[in-house]
Amino acid sequence: MIKISAKNVDVFYGKKQALFNINLDIEENQVTALIGPSGCGKSTFLRCLNRMNDVIDICKVQGEIVINDFNINDKGCDVVRLREKIGMVFQKPNPFPKTLYENISYGPSIHGMAQSKQEMDEIVEISLKKAALWEEVKDRLHEPGTGLSGGQQQRLCIARAISVQPEVILMDEPCSALDPIATAQIEELIDELKKEHTIIIVTHSMAQAARVSQRTGFFHLGELIEHGLTDKIFKNPDNTKTQDYITGRFG
Amino acid sequence: MNLVLFIFIVLLGFTSYYFGRKKAYTIQSTNKRLTALPQFYGYYLAIWCAIPAFIIYSLWAIFEPTIVKLLILSDYANQGYLDDELNLIYEKTKALSRGQFTGEVTSFIQTSSEKYLNLRSIAQSSKVVIVLCIIIASVAYAYKRISSNNRTREPVEKFFNAVLFTASLAAILTTVGIVFSLIFQTIDFFKVIPLFDFVFGTHWYPAKAFVRDSSEALDPTMYSDTFGAVPIFAGTFFIAFIAMCVAIPIGLMSGIYLAEYASYKVRQYAKPLIEILAGIPTVVYGFFAALTVGPFLKDIGTAMGLEVSAESALAAGGVMGIMIIPFISSLSDDVITSVPQSLRDGSYAMGATKSETIKKVIFPAALPGIVGSILLGVSRAIGETMIVVMASGLAANLTLNPLESTSTITAQIVVILIGDQAFGDPKTQAAFALGMSLFIVTLCLNIVALRVVKKYREKYE
Repeated sequence: MIKISAKNVDVFYGKKQALFNINLDIEENQVTALIGPSGCGKSTFLRCLNRMNDVIDICKVQGEIVINDFNINDKGCDVVRLREKIGMVFQKPNPFPKTLYENISYGPSIHGMAQSKQEMDEIVEISLKKAALWEEVKDRLHEPGTGLSGGQQQRLCIARAISVQPEVILMDEPCSALDPIATAQIEELIDELKKEHTIIIVTHSMAQAARVSQRTGFFHLGELIEHGLTDKIFKNPDNTKTQDYITGRFG
Repeated sequence: MNLVLFIFIVLLGFTSYYFGRKKAYTIQSTNKRLTALPQFYGYYLAIWCAIPAFIIYSLWAIFEPTIVKLLILSDYANQGYLDDELNLIYEKTKALSRGQFTGEVTSFIQTSSEKYLNLRSIAQSSKVVIVLCIIIASVAYAYKRISSNNRTREPVEKFFNAVLFTASLAAILTTVGIVFSLIFQTIDFFKVIPLFDFVFGTHWYPAKAFVRDSSEALDPTMYSDTFGAVPIFAGTFFIAFIAMCVAIPIGLMSGIYLAEYASYKVRQYAKPLIEILAGIPTVVYGFFAALTVGPFLKDIGTAMGLEVSAESALAAGGVMGIMIIPFISSLSDDVITSVPQSLRDGSYAMGATKSETIKKVIFPAALPGIVGSILLGVSRAIGETMIVVMASGLAANLTLNPLESTSTITAQIVVILIGDQAFGDPKTQAAFALGMSLFIVTLCLNIVALRVVKKYREKYE
């Protein structure tokens, strides 16, 4: 089933066009990987999906992005609700300078999801368990989140993202700042999370895309060159550019 | 003469720079490898030319008067003069030699004054000769070393190191000197006035000390109940409090607006405009407070049936607050701007609105820096003088009514030190004691503020 459908999406930074006519469907409860060389627009596309490009003054997005039969680029779209439904994990772990507990409870509290302290405790525990971090931090929930290791911080950010039970999780190179062991833990986690969430991951590592994703889209110079099942893209791509990139001839 | 010599040394220094560099080129032309860039040879020669000469020159300037004085006064030795009388004789001699002496000229002083002029001219010419000799000797030495292609880079670098070290040493020594002058006068003050009376006394009335005839013996008991600093400490903190009540909310909110809400264009114009406030001289704020705000508050107060003094703590504190706004606004703007964008992104991505993000993420993250900027603002408020002197009155009332006039430490120091004053008098020394307490308070505030700011920096860099 199609969860997100992007139609004719163009993005401009000032006068410079960053994305050209992107058409891409994202399947529900699957992991979609976006690959491509640096500056190809894959992160820009990802940020279109929860309207994070609004934060950048000079950025303009055109075209339709339909999620649950609703075009999020419509004027009537409530960005707060949209971002509640579509969570995001960033390249560099960015825990708030608060305690672990407050980091997780941040989302639920601004969306008024917990009526009592007890409910909040529950949400925090479930989110941390889902992010496979509970066992490591359950005794120090009231210590600052910035005191964790890089991999733990990133899992904390994932826990923070899933605390509001989003339908979609966007991940922007979530492992690029992490060591191989932490990376393996996150990849395992992604595999687990796709049961309940639709995941879109931007990655520089082809191996990671091949390991975690079911579908892959290849971006180059602001255009979506090719997309489809990961197996097909990696073993038998239609486009020679994709072939070249995957075999490491450029990028 | 001295000026000519001085300029001459400087010119010689420049000339030797060019000679040194030229020598380096000559060495280079014989296909020898230089030990440093040619200008190092120039610097080396210039330093050797000017520095020893200047050292001798300044030592001479320091010791010449003393030695001349000793020589003059040696004529009067063993004649039973007191030190003070000898000094007087010397001053008379000097005055006569300058043609400014108006009293009765005795033959003694006449002789001395001729001897003085004689000594001075000998000293002058021998100074020139010695300085020139020193220059020749040191330049010759340095030139020889350059010619044999000795190392020049290290000595030159060491020299610059020494110059910079001296500069910072001068700054530190000045501070230490000021602190010591405060300390000694303060100690003298507390010899007369007990520390307890100063710190806990509630009556500040230094005018009582004005009426003392300074030829009378000092009677400490007459000062009891004169130098009780509680009212002016209270006034200082009270006015600073009023100032911060104005400055913190407005400064902070405008800082947040500039950092988070203002578009690039607005920020570009608004920030310098706010910073103009910081460039207004405090004396201008002072008469703004005294002539505009004070009477205005009085009119309003009268209309409302309140009794408002024309010089009120409210007027002074309010205007002082306006003066401090740019500090807090500009510093907190910087602090907020330096909160990493990734934290904002993280919060927006959770669906937080702008104000939620500021309240719950950015403000807590920037809090240490903001506290630091507020503490710096407080220490400015406490040290501010002009506005208080002009707008808040000079009577040290112990009051918590912002509509009455009150006074501060700084204003009292001004009152005490304006006009004639005798050193060694408790009244004058009281100013030093006040200065010392002010120094301690602002020092502590600054230390705390800098600590807090530093702690914040460590967290994000």
